[in-house]
Formats: sequence, C-alpha cells, structure tokens
Amino acid sequence: MPYKSSVPLFWRLKDAKYSLVGTKCITCNQVFFPPADFCPQCRRKGKIEKFQFSGNGEVVSYTVIRVAPEGFEKYVPYVVAIIQLDEGTRISGQIIGDINKVEIEKRVKSVFRRITEDNDQGLIHYGIKFEIVD
Amino acid sequence: MRRVAVIGAGYTKFGEHWNKSLRQLSTEAGALALEDAKLEGKDIQALYIGNMSSGHFIGQEHVAALAADQSGLTPIPATRVEAACASSALAFRQAVLSIMSGKHDIVIAAGAEKMTDITGASALSTLMGAGDQEWESSIGLTFAGLYALMAQRHMKDYGTTREQMAMVSVNNHKNGSLNPLAQHPFEITVEKVLNSSLIADPLRLLDCSPITDGAAAVVLVSEELAKRFENPIWVLGSGQASDTLALHNRNSMTEMLSTKVAAKIAYGEAKLKPENIDVVEVHDCFSINEIIAIEDLGFCEKGQGGKFVEDNKIARDGERPVNTTGGLKSIGHPVGATGIRQIIDIVKQLRGTYGSLQINGAKTGLALNIGGSGATAAVHILGREY
Repeated sequence: MPYKSSVPLFWRLKDAKYSLVGTKCITCNQVFFPPADFCPQCRRKGKIEKFQFSGNGEVVSYTVIRVAPEGFEKYVPYVVAIIQLDEGTRISGQIIGDINKVEIEKRVKSVFRRITEDNDQGLIHYGIKFEIVD
Repeated sequence: MRRVAVIGAGYTKFGEHWNKSLRQLSTEAGALALEDAKLEGKDIQALYIGNMSSGHFIGQEHVAALAADQSGLTPIPATRVEAACASSALAFRQAVLSIMSGKHDIVIAAGAEKMTDITGASALSTLMGAGDQEWESSIGLTFAGLYALMAQRHMKDYGTTREQMAMVSVNNHKNGSLNPLAQHPFEITVEKVLNSSLIADPLRLLDCSPITDGAAAVVLVSEELAKRFENPIWVLGSGQASDTLALHNRNSMTEMLSTKVAAKIAYGEAKLKPENIDVVEVHDCFSINEIIAIEDLGFCEKGQGGKFVEDNKIARDGERPVNTTGGLKSIGHPVGATGIRQIIDIVKQLRGTYGSLQINGAKTGLALNIGGSGATAAVHILGREY
C-alpha cells in the first residue's frame, strides 16, 4: 500500500469498519455510511447521532477485480460491488462466494471477514464484506 | 475581465522514458512551449504545474520549485496544482485566472508525471489515491474497478454493448497511429479488444489507458500581448466543478455531475453550444468514460453515447471528431500531464497547421479533463476567434 497502516487508523474507524455503525442526522433523517460528522443538507443545524445499519441491501453494480493493487494480489479474482443499504445510502464492498452468482439487484447481507494484511508480520485488516442471500 | 490566449504549446514523446526523469521531462516540455512561442525564459512571469503524485511515484514533492529551478526560471512564483488526473487542466485554469486578474501577463502552465519508476501494482495503488482511501481503496478497488462499476450500470440501464466500448479504443488507436508522440501509435481491432485480458469485468486491457511518463506545457498571454504573436488561440470558456470523492456516494453512476456543471459554465462563457464545437478531447482513461463524457457534454442524449460511437460520429471525418490525435488510450496517460496535452492538441488543431493530424476547418475545440472517478472535472473551450 502506498501508505503504512497504523493502529490508530483502525482504532478510530473500528465502529464503522467492524460493525457497520454509521451516523444519522436527526434533523432531516438522512443516514450516512461511511459515518459523516456533518450533514451536508442541514449544515450546522443538523444533529448527528450514531446509527446501526443492518447490513442488508442490494447490489447496485459490481465488477470482478482481476488485476489487483498492492496487498490484494493473492486474492484475485474477487468481486467488488456498490451496495444500496436498506436503511439508505450506499457503500463499496467485496462480495464473497461464487462469482457467477453475483448480479445487479441481488440481495446481500454483511459478513465480517479479513480484508488484507500489511505483510507477514504486519497488521491484519478486518472489515465488512457481503454475501448473496439466495 | 481581460481575455487570455495560448501562444506556445508542446508536449514530449509519451511513453516509458527509462532514460528521463520528471525534471528532464518537464524542462523538455517547457522548452518546446517557449520555442513554439518564440519567447525566452526571462519573459515568463509565473509557472503553474499539474502533477498528481510525484511523492509516491518518485519520492519527490515540491516539484513546482524543481521545475522552475531546472528550467532556469527562478525566482518567479512556481505553484503545483493537484487534482489527480485533472491536475494540469486545473494548472491551466490557474494560469488563465492569474492573467485575467491582471496579476501576470505571460505565464507558463505545465503538467508532468513520471509513472514507470515503480511496479505496476504500486502504480495502481498510487492511482487509487484519487479515490476514497478509507472506503474504496481499502477494500481492494482499483480505478479500472471503479470505471467497470460504471460500465456495468451503463450496460444495464441503456443497453450499451461491449462492442461499443471496444469501438472507442479502436477509434482512438486509429487516430493515435498518426501521432508520432503517442505511446502506442498503432491500430487495433474490436476483436483484439474483446480478446485482451480481463482487468475488471467488463473492462479489458485494451479498454484501459496505459501507465505513461510524459510532460506538456503551454504559454499563455494577456489579450494586449496576444496581438504581437502569430496565430493566438483564445480561451473562450473555463469551467471547473467537484463531486463526491467516492463513487458510491453519488445517486447516478452513469453520468458525472461535475462534467455537466463544468461544461455548462464553459459553454456559457464561450457563448457556444455543443453543436458549435468542431474538435473534442475527452478523458478516455477507460473506454466507458468516453461514452459517458460524450453524453454529459451534450453531444448526444443520455444513454446514446454507445450508439454515437458505433455510428462512427466520433471519427476524424465524423459529425463530432473526438480524441483526434489518439486520446489517453493511444497517446498514453501521464496523469498530471494529460489535461494540458489535451489542450495542446486542441490548440494545434485550431491553428490549422497540424500536418497529418489536422482536422480541416476546425475553429472551436473543447477539452474535458477528469480527476478520479469524476470528483473533479474541468472543461475548457478554445477558439481561433473571439
């Protein structure tokens, strides 16, 4: 990776990266994932609170990555998709399982998985991936 | 506000320059532009240079001062402008604004990138710095992946075909085969594109612009000075816009709002409509993006970009010649240099002296440079007259 991972980098994002906790503006009811600290609609009148996403959603688009960036070379081919979360907003994530089962508009649910690792002795990156719900 | 004209332009050979560093490439481009303008270094009052990621590519930051230093332009103000692959269109725009404001009269705007000193995987990771590091790059997305996500959706929503995307690459390579400065100056076929290796489904190797070293530079002057030069080409409109950094945060994946906003501003300033544009340069980093750009710039209806390409309307002898000298696909894509390279190709077409590359009678041209997956767009319209 072009930047070196650090423990604080994961620590400060742990609720979002590990548990799909985003935010919600209770002034306008818009939900945010990745979590936003500022509502672009209500601006300073917005009131932001934590918001737990269910992890359920639908595939908006997907691709199969066959030439990977650094740190992901050994995982190819893998599917990356944009997921419309049921509570609103979209997120990019990998879809595990049979590549041929992935289609636009298929239902998915989130799972907790290893994403990559810095090197043999480095940090292991965990996070949310998705799987197709039959 | 006073008008601005381009009076000198030149870009280096694009390709894998094993024997040339960033400093040599940028100096070479600057010299080409000055020679073309018949000016001396001492005439230049300010320098703007677009560069995306010299820090990652060659471990060197502070490249504006380096460019001024190496080309003997110190102590003039030298400023680096960064907006990923749109860096140098923005450097050009900063140069235009600095002349319009009255601060400077003669300015050089350049772009340079040295990409081949690191491994391919490392270059892909560096390019992903243009996306959202925390929420796109971190899950294994690549830029081909982001544009593949757009392509899948464009195919589903509008019936755009795999073959139509291939025809973009075929057109650009055909044009690039005429360009001696292109990295890959040869023709390809639809079949060859469809049989090239998959990079990110549905995009294949020959849908993707290559990794390239290169630099480009132009000299801009104020309206008062332009009259002293031969064949000045006028900046008629300059539009720039931004959008969400991450693709997933946009409502539509098949259009770029940044392009539409920037184009609207540029058309408005130029008092021109899409049908008045004679030659077009669009940002074909991936074939699908040329189709999206043609639609967003108003050359056809939304969803009809694939058909527009298939009907050969983008050909050099077509209704709206696009990427007449090869585009990013054939010329190559040194990310920080591309925006000014596009503007140079428009300038040379409008001068009417582009030799075998000339599109006869071109009076107006438009260049669209895009950063990332569309978080930055810059549209410039140039003309032989104002």
